[in-house]
Amino acid sequence: MKFKAMSLSVVLALAAPVAMGEASVEEYRAMLADKDANPGFLIIDKGEIYFKEKRGPKNASLEQCDFGLGVGKLKGAYAQLPRYFKDTKRVQDLESRLVSCMMDLQGFTEAEVKAKLYGDQRLNENNTQLEAIATYVAFQSNGMKIDPPLKHAGEKETLKLGEAYFWNRHGPMDFSCATCHAEDGKRVRLQTLVNVYNKQDIQKTMSTWPTYRVSHGVARNNQHRMWDCHWQMRTPDIDYGSPATVALISFLTHQAKGGVYDLPGMKR
Amino acid sequence: MRNRMMIAAVIACTSLAVLAGENMQAKIEKLVAASFKPGEGQDMSRLVQDETQKLCSATRNNPKAKDADALTAREKATIKYPADNKLMGDWKEGEKLVKGGFGMRIGTIEPDPPAKQKGGNGGNCYACHAVDAKEVAAGNLGPSLTGYGKLRGQGEDMVKYTYEKLYNAQAFVACSSMPRLGHNGILKPEQIAHVTAYLLSPESPVNK
Ligand code: HEC
Ligand code: HEC
Repeated sequence: MKFKAMSLSVVLALAAPVAMGEASVEEYRAMLADKDANPGFLIIDKGEIYFKEKRGPKNASLEQCDFGLGVGKLKGAYAQLPRYFKDTKRVQDLESRLVSCMMDLQGFTEAEVKAKLYGDQRLNENNTQLEAIATYVAFQSNGMKIDPPLKHAGEKETLKLGEAYFWNRHGPMDFSCATCHAEDGKRVRLQTLVNVYNKQDIQKTMSTWPTYRVSHGVARNNQHRMWDCHWQMRTPDIDYGSPATVALISFLTHQAKGGVYDLPGMKR
Repeated sequence: MRNRMMIAAVIACTSLAVLAGENMQAKIEKLVAASFKPGEGQDMSRLVQDETQKLCSATRNNPKAKDADALTAREKATIKYPADNKLMGDWKEGEKLVKGGFGMRIGTIEPDPPAKQKGGNGGNCYACHAVDAKEVAAGNLGPSLTGYGKLRGQGEDMVKYTYEKLYNAQAFVACSSMPRLGHNGILKPEQIAHVTAYLLSPESPVNK
């Protein structure tokens, strides 16, 4: 994989997350129209190394993880997630699946895997290994159609729960996801909001996650976005890979079915 | 006869739909319980829905007229006023609250820093409203409030309506997207009076 060095000015601009409006993001996009210059590629490269590294009490790599298409089959797997897994008896997205593989194959406890989920942008931290690995695995579906299966009863139920939860209002702000993401042309301050009921809009969104977030200086995955919007809703931290985040991701992914993954994305 | 059968069918259908709705509500409660973990810094009480949140969730913000009326009446009854009963406060204080977007963020990942919390919460109005025309970074989930007092009048009725609307938006619009700022404890009655003055006072930049 090629990674072209970015010009210094772009790097400096990327490092300044303050009050970035939509206009300046468009400028970045123009500057970075050359896709190879997306810093997300560096994180994918790191993710590949961590993925293949022998780690944990069992000193094993993640190469034997089954993401739904069979043991060790990464190509196209993310494009067909979330899905029902027989071994865990539940619907899993990429990241909850990673957690169970790290527990089964590498012998980590759940608490160990979840001890440090995300690189902290306020401290200029790099991505965690977990984030980098997820970004790497997702990238193996680049260019493929979003095509989550909907055959198993569990998949159908999860999709239904995801949409119902999307409308669930709670917390001191009385927000649900639908407060901000169910109409065209809406903004919070200058940030445009995806309408999940607009096919084109949601395809554009889901096909570009994982994404390099310019304002964070790291790649982010779906689980982080779910946490981030809950944080804005002023709820407690929603658990990584929890049934609710998986249900939401399932709903969003099905809304975006037929879109084509264009990874890694790059956003504010 | 045919009519009666149709009525029976309609009743059967609606009660089925209601059942399905309640069933889904119960499932969502279970989903939530399984997806947030109690612990330091996690205020689990925020996940408990009141009647209004439940109804708006179940109906996707589209309650039947009768239920909407009961909802607004219930919310209206929650409104509290400042100790001195002055609903027009200091517009300059109001301006700070309107601009502020700080507060109420919890958890262990990125909670609001305690030192900053002492300054209190902001009203976060610009997330959803244009207010002072000079502020361009304004969202559009709610209507523009630019020129609010000039356009709507500044009489006693408007003062009372504005104060009450800010205290509890759902006292007027069932399932409104606007947070119930006073009722949910985001702003205190005195602060709401300041914001009321900011929206209505002829001296305020909103009305210039
Ligand atoms: C108060 C408004 C608000 C609420 C409520 C909210 N979000 Fe968001 N959401 C945002 C904002 C702001 C962004 C970032 C947009 C940007 O950066 O341009 C965003 C971004 C997103 C994105 C990524 C969009 C993209 O194009 O990449 C997704 C997906 C999303 N939200 C889903 C959700 C879900 C699911 C919920 C409910 C758990 C939710 N949001 C609740 C405001 C909200
Ligand atoms: C999450 C978005 C949101 C936030 C935050 C918000 N509002 Fe609203 N507001 C709305 C929406 C949507 C409406 C229209 C529906 C309604 O009347 O409830 C509204 C309506 C209003 C109205 C009634 C307008 C009229 O024509 O009668 C006023 C006044 C108002 N908001 C003021 C404020 C102020 C001041 C703040 C900050 C302290 C604020 N709002 C915060 C979304 C919001």
